[in-house]
Amino acid sequence: MTLAIKATGLTKKFGDVVALNGIDIEVEEGTVLGLLGPNGSGKTTIVRILATLIQADSGSASVGGFNVATQQDDVRNVIGLTGQYAAVDEYLTGRENLELFGRLFHLSKFDAAKRAAELLDRFDLSDAADRGIKGYSGGMRRRLDLAASLIGRPNVLFLDEPTTGLDPRSRQGMWKVIEELVSEGTTVLLTTQYLEEADQLANRIVVLDHGNVIAKGTSNELKSQVGGDRIEIVVDRVSDLAKTAELINGIGSAPATIEEVTKTVLLPVSGGSKAIVDVVRKLDENNIVIADIALRRPTLDDVFLSLTGHITEATPTLDTPKGRRGRKARR
Amino acid sequence: MSLTTQAKKTQETAPRPRMGWLITDSISVSRRHLLKITRVPESLFFALIQPVMFVLLFAFIFGGAIDVGSGGATGYREYLIPGILAQTVMFAVAGITVGITEDASKGIMDRFRSLPMRPGAVLTGHTLASLLQNILVISILSITGLAVGWRIHNGFADAALAYLMFAVFAYAITWVGAWIGLHMPNSEVAGTAGLVWIFPVTFASNIFTPVATMPGWLQPFVLWNPVSCLALAARQLFGNPTPLLGDSFPERYPVELAFGYAFLLLAIFAPLAVRAFKTRNK
Ligand SMILES: Nc1ncnc2c1ncn2[C@@H]1O[C@H](COP(=O)(O)OP(=O)(O)OP(=O)(O)O)[C@@H](O)[C@H]1O
Ligand SMILES: [Mg+2]
Repeated sequence: MTLAIKATGLTKKFGDVVALNGIDIEVEEGTVLGLLGPNGSGKTTIVRILATLIQADSGSASVGGFNVATQQDDVRNVIGLTGQYAAVDEYLTGRENLELFGRLFHLSKFDAAKRAAELLDRFDLSDAADRGIKGYSGGMRRRLDLAASLIGRPNVLFLDEPTTGLDPRSRQGMWKVIEELVSEGTTVLLTTQYLEEADQLANRIVVLDHGNVIAKGTSNELKSQVGGDRIEIVVDRVSDLAKTAELINGIGSAPATIEEVTKTVLLPVSGGSKAIVDVVRKLDENNIVIADIALRRPTLDDVFLSLTGHITEATPTLDTPKGRRGRKARR
Repeated sequence: MSLTTQAKKTQETAPRPRMGWLITDSISVSRRHLLKITRVPESLFFALIQPVMFVLLFAFIFGGAIDVGSGGATGYREYLIPGILAQTVMFAVAGITVGITEDASKGIMDRFRSLPMRPGAVLTGHTLASLLQNILVISILSITGLAVGWRIHNGFADAALAYLMFAVFAYAITWVGAWIGLHMPNSEVAGTAGLVWIFPVTFASNIFTPVATMPGWLQPFVLWNPVSCLALAARQLFGNPTPLLGDSFPERYPVELAFGYAFLLLAIFAPLAVRAFKTRNK
């Protein structure tokens, strides 16, 4: 397997702030790597180094087989970048922006116009193509920005928080486009604060904190680090807790534990849905009233919490691992 | 669009950079800035209104009090217009300082840097657009001048040389503005810092009053000031009044000196600005 991105021992300081503290990253061609981390953990800094915008203090990196420090032109020829903040000209129309970037990619006038039209069409921007960007919504800007980074048909695409600030529908749309690009063979390095997004899109995930890699692996590998599935049973009466735990102990893969405050019994299980049926039957036979029962898979939130000791900013509470995720305001 | 045509098939090296790219990339970038002028025509309007106001103020209000040695009020207007042209060229520099600072702090700069374009073209394109705007303003000012009584007395060749000189000098001096702009933290600071040096350089010159009216200690500075050379050279070439102080070098060779200054500024500040651009935010 060829590596589209390979970085070894990247460090970067801004004044006294250590932004990166020795980062190793490898991304196989045609796959998606999710860079996950809280604010200030160094995600953007990594992207900027790999996209030749800034130079690392030490360490080396190659993108598409080219050294980012010494072969900048070759790197720039094969990459596309959608930065954290929209990188288009406010005063120009969508079409003018794309044509400008096409020309700067040294496409002929004709090809630049053709490519711009193709991309506008693909990103549902044809209707707004000849309006100034100033009148675009946040989601339209984001789409135009992604379109702009595809002008040169990049092998390697850097997406720095591509869906931050988008509503759920626009986010789904963005995911679909990214999935399409990957199916066409594009390698993607994606940073995100949305664990769900990394879960959905990334083949492999690297978790950053304070400029260090604190975990890497597939989403499933990371989840298994924090344990497998478990059943959560909330009972009606506190007095039932001990009895419930005793009754279902045989079903689980490990002994059940009790959380008195929440009137919950937690049971680690291996046989997912079969186990839940067994639990319900057993408790019903013994006339224990169940207020709530759920099979809970560990989420990346759990991974993150157990690795860093804090939750990502975008997640309001641990109890709502999916959905209801707060929208992070774009700064 | 066929999805399978998205990514490049193989990892090809970039086509080798060609000299011509600097030119085509610059044209693309300058086109962007010119489009922007058409989207915000107010900026051009105010770039015009200011020098026109100066012409009217000096021609009709202050002008009567300034003696340029010949021709009374008409003589002063003839003296004034080349000075105002020089002033306009100087004040246009503040605009590019702010423009460059504003641009450099925006996301679009990251986009430019991640493209396989010539990095210098971001600046040459901007300065070229600024030159075109300058040429337009200079033309309109010249027409205003003609309307208040200014005339070109020498031949076409001399006049053409004068306008060429303004264009070359205008282009060169914008690089100073670009270089300053690349060192400014934000556009508010750039707005003041971009002007603060222009005032003394522009007004400690012969653009409004002859050198002879100024204190002796100041006169050498004023004589050698590039802005004075520019105005004096233009007056000579247009055949307008040129009240001289004496027989100093800058008064004998103003045209040569104006071109010399322009090339010197360009040779120093263009490379400095390109270097500042490449290392900014690194
Ligand atoms: N140009 C800069 N000057 C000074 N400090 C910087 C600069 N860029 C980044 N930093 C610092 O480096 C650290 C890493 O920043 P980076 O932008 O890479 O984080 P991030 O993971 O992208 O955060 P976010 O989720 O907020 O985008 C932060 O502490 C930040 O303050
Ligand atoms: Mg960031």
